[in-house]
Amino acid sequence: MDTTLDAKVPSGPLERKWSDYKSTIKLVAPANKRKYTLIVVGTGLAGASAAASLGELGYNVLSFCFQDSPRRAHSIAAQGGINAAKNYQNDGDSVWRLFYDTIKGGDYRSREANVYRLAELSVNIIDQCVAQGVPFAREYSGVLANRSFGGAQVSRTFYARGQTGQQLLLGAYGALMRQVAAGRVRLFPRREMLELVVVDGVARGIVVRNLVDGKLESYVADAVCLATGGYSNVYFLSTNAKGCNVTAIWRAHRKGAFFANPCFTQIHPTCIPVSGDYQSKLTLMSESLRNDGRVWVPKQAGDRRHPNQIPEAERDYFLERKYPAYGNLVPRDVASRSIKAVCDEGRGVGPGGRGVYLDFADAIKRDGRAVIEQKYGNLFDMYYEITGENAYEVPMRIYPAPHYTMGGLWVDYNLMSNLPGLFVLGEANFSDHGANRLGASALMQGLADGYFILPVTIGGYLADARLPKLDTDHAAFKDAEREAAARIEKLLAVRGKRTVDSFHRELGLLLWDKCGMSRNETGLKELLEQIPALREEFWRDVTVTGSAGTFNQVLERAGRVADFLEFAELMVIDALERRESCGAHFREEYQTEDGEALRNDDLYAYVAAWEFTGVGNRPILHKEPLIFEYVKPTQRSYK
Amino acid sequence: MDFILKVWRQNGPDAPGRLVTYEATNIPPEASFLEMLDIVNAGLEARGEDPIAFEHDCREGICGSCGMMINGRPHGPGRGITTCQLYMRQFKDGQTIVVEPWRAKAFPVIKDLVVDRSAFDRIIAAGGYISINTGSAPEANSILVPKEDADLAMDAAACIGCGACVAACKNASAMLFVAAKVAHLALLPQGKPERRRRVLAMVAAMDAEGFGNCTNEGECEAECPKNISIAHIARLNREYLRAKFFSR
Repeated sequence: MDTTLDAKVPSGPLERKWSDYKSTIKLVAPANKRKYTLIVVGTGLAGASAAASLGELGYNVLSFCFQDSPRRAHSIAAQGGINAAKNYQNDGDSVWRLFYDTIKGGDYRSREANVYRLAELSVNIIDQCVAQGVPFAREYSGVLANRSFGGAQVSRTFYARGQTGQQLLLGAYGALMRQVAAGRVRLFPRREMLELVVVDGVARGIVVRNLVDGKLESYVADAVCLATGGYSNVYFLSTNAKGCNVTAIWRAHRKGAFFANPCFTQIHPTCIPVSGDYQSKLTLMSESLRNDGRVWVPKQAGDRRHPNQIPEAERDYFLERKYPAYGNLVPRDVASRSIKAVCDEGRGVGPGGRGVYLDFADAIKRDGRAVIEQKYGNLFDMYYEITGENAYEVPMRIYPAPHYTMGGLWVDYNLMSNLPGLFVLGEANFSDHGANRLGASALMQGLADGYFILPVTIGGYLADARLPKLDTDHAAFKDAEREAAARIEKLLAVRGKRTVDSFHRELGLLLWDKCGMSRNETGLKELLEQIPALREEFWRDVTVTGSAGTFNQVLERAGRVADFLEFAELMVIDALERRESCGAHFREEYQTEDGEALRNDDLYAYVAAWEFTGVGNRPILHKEPLIFEYVKPTQRSYK
Repeated sequence: MDFILKVWRQNGPDAPGRLVTYEATNIPPEASFLEMLDIVNAGLEARGEDPIAFEHDCREGICGSCGMMINGRPHGPGRGITTCQLYMRQFKDGQTIVVEPWRAKAFPVIKDLVVDRSAFDRIIAAGGYISINTGSAPEANSILVPKEDADLAMDAAACIGCGACVAACKNASAMLFVAAKVAHLALLPQGKPERRRRVLAMVAAMDAEGFGNCTNEGECEAECPKNISIAHIARLNREYLRAKFFSR
């Protein structure tokens, strides 16, 4: 039975919702906080900031990550920056404008109240991070510096060279380690979450595999917070770290948590093109490069001349031509589709014709090489190391690659899923970016969720919850352990011939072709035949070496790929069901005359939240209607 | 390209280890060192053999997960790169490559090329942060930071905690790692109130973990993938002396 979901958005005017709600939400008394145990899975920006803040408040926190140290979570790789409505540049920025840009950038598929709160908190995040010693870029006067990012006409992005994510994460990691030293957070690195434990409909714990000795361990808590990131690695090749996976949120989904908008996957325009089938991942070149770099291809298809020999008049600066108001700084979805379009016309450059130029010659002529080096030096170095080409002299070549997933577990305004006691933060939830995320907004959301939102809302939940005392001998824990163990045994028992990675690559290629930058009904329907067939072959012919009770990286990967093979089907069902184009979800059947995304607000202004009904079974669709009281959805234009 | 690999295989911290020879064949020169190992491992997996365990994650030089001794050098030949940023075109066709884990008492081997670097986390827990609770921060621009100081702090803060400095040092000293964090925070006005307590606690934690001492030979700086300067070790020493001799 379909139900309509209640997001529990507080009443009152938009700009007062969060502050009024915060002032009236129930609290847990300071002396009682230590009686509550909270699990936080994941130690990226959302997870580390949440675990640290909850520890500071006095809760007893258990923090888990699959890496060897919390500092290695993939937030570390974010390059460009973090948005905040500080208006330090006097260029007309405000909380309202950041809110509006984010809603519009998400193509009107996000929840107004959440996005407004995010914009509001953005300013506190910068204060907090500066106080932690994050070495943001500064002007000679000593004040903080800003730069521009895609989808905005103001300069509101704060940055630490090309390593903003690293510096913010190290700040959060420091705060986390301080709580570890204080005894309020216990750290469990090298643990992979394999099951969520639900007791009487309430999330009460997790089962993890200790990746060093292979043993299964159970942990009980009063609430479980998942901050386990996104699922771009379903495409195999993506800009994500190799370990990023869907397992934690997929396991929670299988236990009843709704999965929202899984088809909203962001393909980032500026990545280094694929060079061969040995390749293990794709490397992002920060979007900030589009501030100074100009994107172009030859006007003539098949023009194979060296880029520096193609005269100005024979170049097509297609983003500047098509979108004069935003130029090279159009949002990611728009840029990616335009790049794909010129390559489909045969005007792509580099091996295989899947690439466009990102050219800094004009910027170097205007500002001098030293200025460009100061801003982007590490990115140019990175490009050189990978391609062997010097981008100060030859234009970079870029092509889109899977980068971020807007979809994730459904959460209400409190960041709680439909399963009571299960909170979901950061990229792992679906909440704030709609159908397309703007640059420099992921860091903002992760930290807003972890530092400022969850610590308040989880108190409201705990104050009201009546949670019976439990230990890991409870039948629900024993069942979950048995399930996890059985799955591992099943993987090891196949003893087939094909490697785990070969299945992952094949799945990735299928999705990239038919559920990537553009989708159509025929392709999606084919996928619904191909994915179950591949999954069946996986369970028949995969080879997983080694044993369960040891350090076994093949087994780790096999478990993740098995989950991707289940999840991929849901992603395709969601893409098929959404018969409109919006943001990153581009259905070829639904486009304007000039090839822009054509939304259908009458039929699809909702969040699609899917309920699991068994592998291979049709999931149940629940809808959260999106009501726009403050902004009027319009045809998004960056022209 | 083809290579002969001699790879350290070891089943656990107490198990004996040994170098095992593998052939890496048909490796594209554009492949990274880790992708070369992926290819070798795919062959091992397909034959049902135990693949080589190694740590890796972001594969773009920032997470600090990867790290191995390649022909005796941490992260292999080349300056300012991690193992994942090392490409096979840097090697000669047919070359023999010896691959070993980080070797240090404070970094016990877990399996093959994977070592336990949790000692670094414990050093940070001892004081590698500014003790501010969420929500108590003043307006970000209320404290001005000279650009030169912010840039210098950023140079130090770029440390990825990979452990190459320890692996490069004949004393297995963690001075560069500790110095990077101490310098980053001591250079910023926000970090000054706790500078004394921080440096004493971090140095004590470093010693307790069994890292060796610094004898100023500079291997750490030469092998650091983030080019962190040993000038920060001088800064650490100054901070330490200042904390030891000039109490309040």
